Amino acid sequence: MSQQLDSKIPQGPLAEKWTGYRSTVPLVNPANKRNMEIIVVGTGLAGASAAATLAELGYQVKAFCFQDSPRRAHSIAAQGGINAAKNYQNDGDSVYRLFYDTIKGGDYRAREANVYRLAQVSTNIIDQCVAQGVPFAREYGGTLSNRSFGGTQVQRTFYAAGQTGQQLLLGAYSALERQVGLGNVKMYARHEMLEVVTIEGKARGIIARNLVTGKLERYFGHAVLLCTGGYGNVFYLSTNAMGSNVTAAWKAHRRGAYFGNPCFTQIHPTCIPVSGHYQSKLTLMSESLRNDGRIWVPKKKDDNRHPNDIPEDERDYYLERRYPAFGNLVPRDIASRAAKERCDAGYGVGPSKMAVYLDFRSNLMNKYGRAEASRLNIENPDEATLVRLGKEVVKEKYGNLFDMYKQITDEDPYEVPMRIYPAVHYTMGGLWVDYELMTTVPGLYALGEANFSDHGANRLGASALMQGLADGYFVIPYTIGSYLSKDIHTKSISTDHEAFVKAEQEAQDRLNQFLSINGKRTVESYHRELGLIMWDKCGMARNEAGLKQAIEQIRALREDFYKNVRVPGSQFEFNPELDKAGRVADFLELGELMCIDALQRNESCGGHFREEYQTEEGEALRDDNGYRYVSAWEYKHGNNWELHKEALEYENIKIAQRSYK
Amino acid sequence: MANHEMKINLKVWRQKNASDAGRFEEYAVKANPDMSFLEMFDVLNEQLIEDGKDPVAFDHDCREGICGMCSMFINGRPHGPKQGITTCQLHMRSFKDGDTVVVEPWKAQSFPVIKDLSVDRGAFDRIIAAGGFVSVNTGNAVDANSILIPKDVADEAFAAATCIGCGACVAACKNSSAMLFVSAKVSQMALLPQGQAEREKRVVAMVDQMDNEGFGSCTNTGACSAECPKEISLSNIARMNREYLRAKLVGN
Repeated sequence: MSQQLDSKIPQGPLAEKWTGYRSTVPLVNPANKRNMEIIVVGTGLAGASAAATLAELGYQVKAFCFQDSPRRAHSIAAQGGINAAKNYQNDGDSVYRLFYDTIKGGDYRAREANVYRLAQVSTNIIDQCVAQGVPFAREYGGTLSNRSFGGTQVQRTFYAAGQTGQQLLLGAYSALERQVGLGNVKMYARHEMLEVVTIEGKARGIIARNLVTGKLERYFGHAVLLCTGGYGNVFYLSTNAMGSNVTAAWKAHRRGAYFGNPCFTQIHPTCIPVSGHYQSKLTLMSESLRNDGRIWVPKKKDDNRHPNDIPEDERDYYLERRYPAFGNLVPRDIASRAAKERCDAGYGVGPSKMAVYLDFRSNLMNKYGRAEASRLNIENPDEATLVRLGKEVVKEKYGNLFDMYKQITDEDPYEVPMRIYPAVHYTMGGLWVDYELMTTVPGLYALGEANFSDHGANRLGASALMQGLADGYFVIPYTIGSYLSKDIHTKSISTDHEAFVKAEQEAQDRLNQFLSINGKRTVESYHRELGLIMWDKCGMARNEAGLKQAIEQIRALREDFYKNVRVPGSQFEFNPELDKAGRVADFLELGELMCIDALQRNESCGGHFREEYQTEEGEALRDDNGYRYVSAWEYKHGNNWELHKEALEYENIKIAQRSYK
Repeated sequence: MANHEMKINLKVWRQKNASDAGRFEEYAVKANPDMSFLEMFDVLNEQLIEDGKDPVAFDHDCREGICGMCSMFINGRPHGPKQGITTCQLHMRSFKDGDTVVVEPWKAQSFPVIKDLSVDRGAFDRIIAAGGFVSVNTGNAVDANSILIPKDVADEAFAAATCIGCGACVAACKNSSAMLFVSAKVSQMALLPQGQAEREKRVVAMVDQMDNEGFGSCTNTGACSAECPKEISLSNIARMNREYLRAKLVGN
């Protein structure tokens, strides 16, 4: 019997859904909250903000992260900024406009009610972060500064140099640590969740492995929140941290949580290109750089001249040419595909020819250099003066990014254009959740990048931070009451319960299996091979034959993994290779599901580009009649899946062909 | 882009767990100038695993210099020979073919070794939990622009707030002092209007916790700031000393 998907979207007009919901959702009184325990897995923006806020409300929280400190979650690496519909720039922004941009940016594959709520609470996030002491960039008058990001025509992005994620996470982390100090949160660092425990169909706890001692441990919770980020590392090379993984979400999926839109992956257009086979990760250069950088390739194929020697009229500013209305600030999926198109056509630059230029020289001189010169009353400044003056301004805006680039490539981006190429960055897909952020397993929630809900088929820049904090600070604290208010009579369940024993045994069996194979190949080598399959066949462009082939290849690779992998050491010690083996084993299953999902979606939308479905101009061709739904996959024994569909209704936005021309 | 191969002789600290005495072991690794230092360790580890040996445990995560997890003491310097970067941002082009490179964990009593090059920096979290925050519950905030903060003040607070909590300052200090780490957070909050309500209480609580964790005292050598990958200024320590004295004077 297939379960009917109920997204639990409140009745009423769009703008009143959330306020109406908040006013009527059942509450848990303070005395009862103190007796209720909540498990939060992951301490990035979503997890840290949720754990802190729920503890402030009086719940007993247990928080888990695999890193050595909750402050290290990968939200820390987000660079460019966070969106909010404050309209501080008086440039016509509004909650509706942020909502509209997000739905359109997501290529009409996101849920209206969730996205509207996100836009509504976006303004509270900025207030909250400022109150915590997050040092956002400011103007001389002391007000907050904004900048532009892709897919929008207003300036609504708040930032802290190129380290916005760091500052926001440290804000949430400090709120979390405050609750740790007050005894309301018990923090478990260097712990990895390996199982969700369900009792009578409800999530009631987790099995976690203490990564220092290697022991499996049992934890009870009235509810379990997965705030465990995205699964971009299935591609091996991505901008994710080395430890970012799908394991917690995947274990939940295998326990009954549906997986939504797994094939929706974001390939970020501006990353530092691959330089060698030993490469372990890719580094992003923030989208905010597209505010001031112009993207181009030579008009001539195989042009080996130094970029600074190629005259203006021999450069193809292909984004400005193809998309005059948005230019260099088109959404990420479009910018990425356009870069791939130029490189595939033979116009790429650099040693690998798989790169395009991101050039700051023109704005550095003409925009900032001239403005500074005029401020300083320097008449007829020469080129060197303009460069010097412009450099100071650019340094303040993006200095750490320029330093990062130089460190990695040994080239100075103030002098020579950056070489960039698209790389895997974010996953819009994730655990299917309803309006309350609950998965299809009662009591099991997914927040932030770990869920699928807000970004459709393509996420706009500076919206991941917004969503993570919205879910943690302002959504879950309300929606969890809807479930827990019915659970106040449930006493804490002993972890001696047979469900805990059984789940622990399953986790134990897997660890034993990894350690006993004793084959010849390293875990890393399997991960690398899986990544290549995914990137070639389920990356920026996909087609039916390739996806079918990929599914076969992944199955064969998985089979080989269980025969031939070598995991050194033992369970009861600090053993990062064993941790990695479990994560790669899960990626080997997820990869197959992503390809299956991409294969069933016979249309192109957002980051999902099926070569068979494109317009004459090479743009994504959606099929709104056939595929205007969320694909929600139910796990069936032995790596089989059943597809469920949640139809997407657009009552407040007219669906249109997405155009940035 | 250089593509020639280089040979590196590694002397790596190996220690099975906190109670093991530990020892150096030597390895020959083939590297490439464009490789990062940690990618060289990946190559070494794959080689060790294939040879049936125990790979070297080391902490790392973001590999772009912001999470603060990587922590190697390389040729006697935290995060290696270059200034203003973390180990994960160090590239092999900073070394020469045939170099011998000595790699140790952070050495400080308050950072016990877990295994090989991994240490426990939980003490830093406990210092933050003691007072490194503004006590403002979610939902209490006023409109963000109602708190005006002059740009230079915001910039100075931001500079202090960029600390990544890696512990290089402690590792660099002959006294294993954590003053730079603690003062960076104290400064950020002391500079901002949002931090004023708990200004005295915060600095006292954080300094007390720092002392309880067993970190040494500051003797103004400045190695912490010189080795800090985020170049956190020594002036933060001076500010913290003033803040602490002030808190004691106003009786907190």
